[in-house]
Amino acid sequence: MRIGLNEMTETIRMVQMEHLDIRTVTIGINLKDCADSDIQIMKQKVYDKIVFYGRNLKPYAEQVEKEYGVPIINKRIAVTPIAEILGNATREDAIEVAKTLDRAAKDIGVDFIGGYSALVHKGVTKGDQILLDSLAEALAVTERVCASVSVGTTRAGINMDVVKQMGIIIKDAAERTKDQDGLACAKLVVFANPVEDNPFMAGAFHGSGEGEAVLNVGVSGPGVVLHALKRHPEADLGEVSQVIKKTVFKITRAGELIGRTVADKLHIPFGILDLSLAPTNALNDSVAQILEEIGLERVGTHGTIAALALMNDAVKKGGAMASSYVGGLSGAFIPVSEDNGMIRGVQDGSLSLSKLEAMTCVCSVGLDMIALTGKASASTLSGIIADEAAIGMINKKTTAVRVIPVPNKEEGEMVEFGGLLGRAPVMGVNEFSSSAFVNRGGRIPAPLQSLIN
Amino acid sequence: MEKRRAVVSVIGKDQVGIIAKVTNVLAEHQLNVLDISQTIVEDFFTMMMVIDVTSAQHLEETRHILHELGEEIGVQIDLQLEEVFQAMHRV
Repeated sequence: MRIGLNEMTETIRMVQMEHLDIRTVTIGINLKDCADSDIQIMKQKVYDKIVFYGRNLKPYAEQVEKEYGVPIINKRIAVTPIAEILGNATREDAIEVAKTLDRAAKDIGVDFIGGYSALVHKGVTKGDQILLDSLAEALAVTERVCASVSVGTTRAGINMDVVKQMGIIIKDAAERTKDQDGLACAKLVVFANPVEDNPFMAGAFHGSGEGEAVLNVGVSGPGVVLHALKRHPEADLGEVSQVIKKTVFKITRAGELIGRTVADKLHIPFGILDLSLAPTNALNDSVAQILEEIGLERVGTHGTIAALALMNDAVKKGGAMASSYVGGLSGAFIPVSEDNGMIRGVQDGSLSLSKLEAMTCVCSVGLDMIALTGKASASTLSGIIADEAAIGMINKKTTAVRVIPVPNKEEGEMVEFGGLLGRAPVMGVNEFSSSAFVNRGGRIPAPLQSLIN
Repeated sequence: MEKRRAVVSVIGKDQVGIIAKVTNVLAEHQLNVLDISQTIVEDFFTMMMVIDVTSAQHLEETRHILHELGEEIGVQIDLQLEEVFQAMHRV
């Protein structure tokens, strides 16, 4: 069927004026066969395998981008959680592996490589512990390596021993990069219920249910949704949901086409399409502004969670109808530093840490890119992680914490992380201590799956 | 052979001779124009041409020349494969 003029203009308008883009194409690569008791051999195998699968990602993605006229913003790599291949390696070896990942990423021209990760929601293996011990330094001495740690799941409960360690690791990572306002913490995500095929950084890794290599695609477009809503100022909330659904449907279809084309060129199977509204600091490319367009004077005020729930659900429905394989996190991200509307909400005193926490109950993913006062203690950070993990565990959803306790900065100051990571107002934390709770250690048991009220 | 089509879009300020200049480039590259239309999108003049690229060998070069032409006369010219429009608007 021929395409009508109005349809053509709609697509062109979305791309040229409303920031429709493919946020990321991410190759997941299995590294399990690279494990070796000789660290030099392991490093070489890891490097070779990443370069083998990843070397054409950038040129091919750029070619597809040109052919279809839809920008692909990021090209990335996710690998098997590194803890799973460390075996008897030492802490120093682990850091060498991180440097190898960094070098491979640089050599093939990708800006982030995810998977310096450990899944320790129930127990900790030798390799897991080595990875945790090396984590702060590994993030401080590399540029492109992203790390994630799973501390809880709905089926296993929350591993509070690791939660305690994570508070200390985050403080350590911040301290090691204090000249850059604790930048290392921006590359570390603490998860509950992580997904194995998430293409978005910093939390991407190649899960154990995946094949040798797979291409996953992250599509975004808060700007497109915002503009679509602006054309319907009088719509009731049912119609608002409908507008979002229709818009997201179209975005997803474009994403799947582009993803499959890139995957075909690379001779790698297409995995999933992750449709997540991920904001950027570009003008109008903001999730907060969508909520404000729905009718909130400022994000964070009463009604924010209801509006967010409506939006998140509509995004999922539109995406699920448009693609056969929707996966990853699929929903809406609410990072503070990467969303001009969120930043404004915090600065105007409308958006608080508690409200952000509550918002994560109804959308993916969690407390994301939030700058905290440098005074926040390790046990306070562990408390924040435990709260967020509990929300994920009970609600059977992914939640995450990516916070930056900025050394020597206090509530109200601004920090600049630069580039995609944006800038954020430093937020305060509750001054009362959580340390006795955190120090108890042990595991929070998995919740009942019935009696769910 | 399956027919492949692409969409050439021109966005910017209307001026004398735009269509002539763009179609000249297309003719030089042996690309047949199947359809042509114009409208106004958010105050910008927008012209769209559907072209046949089934046997096009050097699409990359054509795209590059169109981009340069756009810069020269102060409008934005793009050449996109039609599949992306099909994907977004047809199930």
